[in-house]
Amino acid sequence: MNFLALIGRVVLRFLEQLGRFTLFTLTSVSHCVRPPIFPRLIGRQMIDIGYYSLPVVGLTAIFSGMVLALQSYTGFARFNAESAIANVVVLSLTRELGPVLAGLMVAGRIGASMAAEIGTMRVTEQIDALTTLSTNPYKYLIVPRLIAGLLMLPLLVLVADIIGVFGGYIVGVYKLGFNPNVYLSNTIDFLEPIDVISGLVKAAVFGFIIALMGCYNGFNSKGGAQGVGSATTNAVVSSSILILVFNYMITELFFSV
Amino acid sequence: MSTPPKIHLENVCKSFGTKDVLTGIDLDIAPAESVVVIGGSGTGKSVLLKCVLGLLTADLGTIEVDGTDVTHVAANDRDETNKKFGMLFQGGALFDSIPVWENVAFGLIQGSSMSRAEAKERSIETLAKVGLSEDVGALSPAELSGGMQKRVGLARAIAGSPEIVFFDEPTTGLDPIMADVINDLIVTCVKDQGITALSITHDMASARKIGDRIAMLYHGKLIWIGAAEDVDHSGNDYVNQFVHGRADGPIHMELRR
Repeated sequence: MNFLALIGRVVLRFLEQLGRFTLFTLTSVSHCVRPPIFPRLIGRQMIDIGYYSLPVVGLTAIFSGMVLALQSYTGFARFNAESAIANVVVLSLTRELGPVLAGLMVAGRIGASMAAEIGTMRVTEQIDALTTLSTNPYKYLIVPRLIAGLLMLPLLVLVADIIGVFGGYIVGVYKLGFNPNVYLSNTIDFLEPIDVISGLVKAAVFGFIIALMGCYNGFNSKGGAQGVGSATTNAVVSSSILILVFNYMITELFFSV
Repeated sequence: MSTPPKIHLENVCKSFGTKDVLTGIDLDIAPAESVVVIGGSGTGKSVLLKCVLGLLTADLGTIEVDGTDVTHVAANDRDETNKKFGMLFQGGALFDSIPVWENVAFGLIQGSSMSRAEAKERSIETLAKVGLSEDVGALSPAELSGGMQKRVGLARAIAGSPEIVFFDEPTTGLDPIMADVINDLIVTCVKDQGITALSITHDMASARKIGDRIAMLYHGKLIWIGAAEDVDHSGNDYVNQFVHGRADGPIHMELRR
């Protein structure tokens, strides 16, 4: 009997959380398309998400491109398919590694920071203070982050794609001895617009997910420091998992046979 | 004909799960009157305040502000009513991402769409009212002492010329001298300007100084309401015990069970 009660409690708790999350998402999205919008706050978030994430995303991309070239070479050499390395590097980066790695890195950096900042505002009554000052917390805190996440992740991924390809180029040309012109033409010749576009669409979705999970967990944090800590952890873990799930779903959408 | 109340509470009830916090609150607050609700920790004083502010929704009963029923209107959906309110939070709830002057001017810029320059001027005037210089306006809230944070919180609460101000434990955590300074400021800024005030506190010195009437909250009900000068001879054992801070009495007996 106790076991059944336990299952019931878990299911009810899950449904309650799901309902709360759905309501939060719908409310946030509805505020994104209704005035007033705060351009100043959106700009600040865009700098925070885009500009300040450049170093970490750039470093991730360059080393990913380099290791991809190196690994592909050691593998492809067994089949005398070394010439496909440039193609593999650019396709892997634009379609998968660029958006996924940038998404995961930004989830760690930005999702955690959003959850911690909004969570602290919640537990110190700053969100209640916003409401009493006739300011809707969704519009002031959530909407700027969602819009900035949605817009900046594709830009970051575009930069990551270029840096990653450059990393592959360095290893290919200076370590593996490829002809620079041949490597570049192999990179460009096989690249289709859909490869880049699918990656950018993924990035926009990932940016939205990161901001949404960071805001949701922070907004609903309870208690004191421990509550904010849990919100931060949940934001990073849930957005990372959702990024991987949505990565598969979007890939299926674009490239299913 | 008597003046209609500024705030009218009738049979207000609020529960959290199986815990009944408010079990039928009836209270009328006249225009320009200052009512202080006293009561021990965890008796529901903050819940009462949040129900009136719309931060929590009452389960039962009626809450009217200036004759308008706002019981089931969430705080984010009652802009016109919120503009009448000012609120001093227990911990200050100052926004730490913006300087002091912007905290004070926040409601004017975001809620009333005043220009930043004009709002800054008003903010500095309001800071002067609570005894803080223009230099303080440029500081971050984290650089202020507890007493200064309370004063900035008070400045923010009155900057928008509200009709009703709520005080949540205005003197908690302050030394007796600073507490008295805050009480004097509240009297000057609120009572002398004809603002209606609802305060909650367990500091009796503060309650006597800022309140016209005092009400005692116990077990979810207001068990005594009377003039501030009558609180020492209320004839109510619960009030007497609380006012004189005695360990023995009906409140203590119930806690022992």
